[in-house]
Amino acid sequence: MNAPTYNFAYLDEQTKRMIRRAILKAIAIPGYQVPFASREMPMPYGWGTGGVQVTAAILGTNDVLKVIDQGSDDTTNAISIRKFFEKTAGVVTTTSTADATVIQTRHRIPEAPLHAQQVLVYQVPIPEPLRYLEPRETETRRMHALGEYGLMHVKLYEDIARFGHIATAYAYPVKVNARYVMDPSPTPKFDNPKMDNCPALQLFGAGREKRIYAIPPYTSVVSLDFEDHPFTRYKHDACCALCDSGDSYLDEIVTDNKGSRMFVCSDTDYCETRQSQGHRGSENAAPYAESKHA
Amino acid sequence: MTTIAEMPAGFADKVLSAQSTFRSVMDAMARPGSVQRIEAASGVPAPLMRGSAAIALTLFDQDTPVWLDAKMAATLDVAKWIKFHTSAPVIADSSVCSFALIGDIDQLPALQRFAIGSNDYPDRSTTLIVQVPSLTQGPAIELRGPGIDGTAVLRTQMAPDLLERLAVNHALFPRGIDLVLVADDAIVAIPRTTRFVAKEG
Ligand SMILES: [Zn+2]
Repeated sequence: MNAPTYNFAYLDEQTKRMIRRAILKAIAIPGYQVPFASREMPMPYGWGTGGVQVTAAILGTNDVLKVIDQGSDDTTNAISIRKFFEKTAGVVTTTSTADATVIQTRHRIPEAPLHAQQVLVYQVPIPEPLRYLEPRETETRRMHALGEYGLMHVKLYEDIARFGHIATAYAYPVKVNARYVMDPSPTPKFDNPKMDNCPALQLFGAGREKRIYAIPPYTSVVSLDFEDHPFTRYKHDACCALCDSGDSYLDEIVTDNKGSRMFVCSDTDYCETRQSQGHRGSENAAPYAESKHA
Repeated sequence: MTTIAEMPAGFADKVLSAQSTFRSVMDAMARPGSVQRIEAASGVPAPLMRGSAAIALTLFDQDTPVWLDAKMAATLDVAKWIKFHTSAPVIADSSVCSFALIGDIDQLPALQRFAIGSNDYPDRSTTLIVQVPSLTQGPAIELRGPGIDGTAVLRTQMAPDLLERLAVNHALFPRGIDLVLVADDAIVAIPRTTRFVAKEG
């Protein structure tokens, strides 16, 4: 039997109620950052305590949980969070995007399309998209209240003037439901289009900054851009060396101490699923084809 | 009549029932118009429906002042049950309540009598829990907005002027109230982002 050493999913019921109420407001006001009384969790802030608290508040015994960190299920961070919920909620975990009902993520949105029975929970370090432009909370709150986002456009336009394009590659700001400018957390801008009109509910938790925000399913999410400089998805001009995917987000990996490099999918579950379906990349030839690459 | 001392604890397993009720309310709020079932509480005093009671047990506490409409406040039973089971203060001033329990949708007070938040803090607003006879019978109302893939259809008895008032509520965005309609153990949520079109027939 599970000894009741922990509260179910760690948090006490009063904290869960408070977080649950914040989540409902966040869904009702898409992109607006709802303040909440973030609790200490038995892990450092850098480990996504905001996401962990959101997951703890929604998770039930029927859920199947997946945790990814930079696209991988197997980093220390992802494994620790998965074990934390296995232990405190007795929940089933998976690495399969398709099988999961709750996916907690840091820095990526899975490549496999999300479906309506899923909730994607983001760990957010800095929820305020205007923070780098305006350090004062009273001022950023005012800008959101008025929908006054000129400063953000100026910043993006300065990029264009300096670099000839918008240089922001991560945490690229979006406008949610044609109203609030929102930070998608440090995901690559490659992932931004996946947030738009997504069938799954997306929840964002920032522990240190004590904010929860949300994108309901089927909600418009537009990356900020300019008519003469439209938003573009950036990715390396290569295919995955393991599964040959030409349209997934790639990490560049150093393969030996002579500096040899290859590109592989950042999303390990996506890559492994493709390989199991028989897709082979240049560094991962099937046995019968080995001679070709010898 | 049941006395407080005899009141059964609303949920058999408080922790798991609260989680499952919350997920139904979250799904309802995330997908306006969709009918969600909730794990009903037992031992609920009339006219509180068991679905409304389950939501109260899940979301109310000492930090959430609750306001009752005339039907809910007709006897002291509902107020007593709420205080006993949730510790939420039952207050007379609707403009500062976190939740309002509405037993009679036809007598719904003017929406500006509730908290609609400010542009700085639009989350400081009232969630109305509104009991209705049915969420499957009645004139069709077409819904659009975030959470809805194209359009959704809600079937319930709702006075035409209420639809007009909810259109005003929608126009206040990001301020506004959010509604959870309850019929027995079924719920439908209508957040402030939802737009309505009454359909013919
Ligand atoms: Zn791959």
